[in-house]
Amino acid sequence: MKIEDKKRVLREMVLHRRFEERCYQAYIERKIGGFLHLYPGQEACCNGVMEAARPGHDYVITGYRDHVHAIKCGADPKAVMAELYGKETGSSKGRGGSMHIFDGDKRFMGGYALVGGPFPLAAGIAKAIQLKGGDEIAICFLGDAANNQGVFHETLNMAALWKLPVLFVCENNLYGIGTSIERSTAVIHQHKRVAAYNIPADECDGQDIEVVYEAARKAVDHVRSGNGPYFLELMTYRYRGHSMSDSRGYRSREEEELWKQRDPIFILRDRLIKEGALTMADYEALEKETDAYIENEVIKFSEESPEPRVEDLEKYVFADRETQLPWLTGKAA
Amino acid sequence: MANIMYWEAIQRAHDEEMARDPLVICMGEDIGVAGGTYKATKGLYEKYGPLRVMDTPISEGGFTGLGIGASFLGVRPIIELMSVNFAWLAMDQMFNSAAKVRYMSGGQLTAPCVFRSAGGAAHQLGAQHSARMEKVFMGIAGLRVVTPSNPKQAYGLLKSAIRCDDPVFINEHELMYNMKGEVPDGEYFHPLEGSDIARAGTDVTLFGYNISVHWCLKAAEILDKQYGISAEVVDLYSLSPLDRAGIKASVSKTHRAVIAEEDEAPVGVGSEVIAIINEECFFELDAAPVRVHSALVPQPYNHTLEKAAIPDHEDVVKAVLKLFGKA
Repeated sequence: MKIEDKKRVLREMVLHRRFEERCYQAYIERKIGGFLHLYPGQEACCNGVMEAARPGHDYVITGYRDHVHAIKCGADPKAVMAELYGKETGSSKGRGGSMHIFDGDKRFMGGYALVGGPFPLAAGIAKAIQLKGGDEIAICFLGDAANNQGVFHETLNMAALWKLPVLFVCENNLYGIGTSIERSTAVIHQHKRVAAYNIPADECDGQDIEVVYEAARKAVDHVRSGNGPYFLELMTYRYRGHSMSDSRGYRSREEEELWKQRDPIFILRDRLIKEGALTMADYEALEKETDAYIENEVIKFSEESPEPRVEDLEKYVFADRETQLPWLTGKAA
Repeated sequence: MANIMYWEAIQRAHDEEMARDPLVICMGEDIGVAGGTYKATKGLYEKYGPLRVMDTPISEGGFTGLGIGASFLGVRPIIELMSVNFAWLAMDQMFNSAAKVRYMSGGQLTAPCVFRSAGGAAHQLGAQHSARMEKVFMGIAGLRVVTPSNPKQAYGLLKSAIRCDDPVFINEHELMYNMKGEVPDGEYFHPLEGSDIARAGTDVTLFGYNISVHWCLKAAEILDKQYGISAEVVDLYSLSPLDRAGIKASVSKTHRAVIAEEDEAPVGVGSEVIAIINEECFFELDAAPVRVHSALVPQPYNHTLEKAAIPDHEDVVKAVLKLFGKA
């Protein structure tokens, strides 16, 4: 990666980390309800892949740990936070919540809360691209535990059969909710499971963004060149529990510390310092600047935004009635 | 007017819409090279090719989700689930993805797909191939449910469902694909909402949908000829939403109601229609409404037991006579 790109991505990753930590605080303050699944520790995965792809052009879909993926695709952090606050200005107008962030304009096709649910949807998006003849690709980010659902296998089979332009990114963080991969899955290295479907697959370190980026470039090129699907497994770790109600009793603090030694932001920061492109003072200033932005703009916007109107409770269940009248009444022109 | 079969009407709607719009596609098990289990997609594979007429693997959850994902980008997939029993495997995607995506994205994404499936008990197909599942589909926010009782509806409802931006589930019936009926020669769009008066009458309303409309029509004939009772038959081709105004109008006229369904009770079209009658026109009633429905058993294989589990026109006649104190 070029130095300028690395500096830009470091800035983004710090935003992603601080954004998520601020969500944690807002949840404790009961500003955010429902379930909240946070991304710290996994930042190099989404960032590395999307640096190799074309955010806003390629279609991205993921599970419920979705805030950072949305922001990386171009969603406004203010709209994402306002969604968590349940406000009308939220990215889903307060109807979705943390697990259902969407940004259609940026081609972020959403976060879905049924584990594995996005697999066939991603293949369908790729099918639409194939029919329309565009150069976009579909990118599906999911965790390792999703691969134990039946639709994982059904989707891989169809994607390979029909040579669909879809990249499956498996963020293997070693836990499915509170059950370790050793206890839930017969095969730890997920890319091995894909070989059965004649889909090229690769595995790499998910903590070093440059490693992710190089692997993702190869993956994206493969898919965009019309060679069909590709599966990329990134070995990573989430620092926090599965969601906010998780006290992480199923793993040791020592294991967590070991992973924090390989923090994706610090790896990139230290490399930039070594390369003479950044000082520790620069980094500390960046953190402060980021926190100020989150507080003064993102949180302020979310706090001050209006709630949805109760009169609009049923809005968005169906398409706007006026536009559908010919089919609802049979009085087509 | 052409006199064609139910399956031919469905095939014609596919063909016209696929010829008009290259983003209309169809997918399902055996629908392409084999031409469809009930011939509803006959000849389309040869005409439109494998990219648009997709023979899928037997992976209902997977290919249904795939069709839904394609619809997010404006593709209009017609997804055939060979039997409604297999739709259980696709329900996660139908309910959690297609029906909810518009709401949970604040109106940004929509899933304009059509799900077609053959429901109903045919002849001795046993517990896992005879399901009626209308009651499950009609309770899902964001999903429209229609169910054609004749070739005209089968053609016109599919045409409208393809054009509509909402996801639509079309409940067909295994025993009705070879039924003949008049279909307009020109393009025709049947409304996705409302109900049809299949036979006008004054003394009692018989509500039916899909195959039970035919029990009601036959019962109305018998009631008229043998008992001098004038029955109105209302065809509830739209199960979600149900035609509140149409139900109210007919019952306010006849003051009596029988609801006939092949689905089992408890929970179903019958209980829902009775709730609407209570809410809309309770004081118009001369007698408590009655429902005619299947027994709550896994469908038996044995012919005699199967027949006993499912109602027919005679049960509708009996229910009406009871309403009039004649049984």
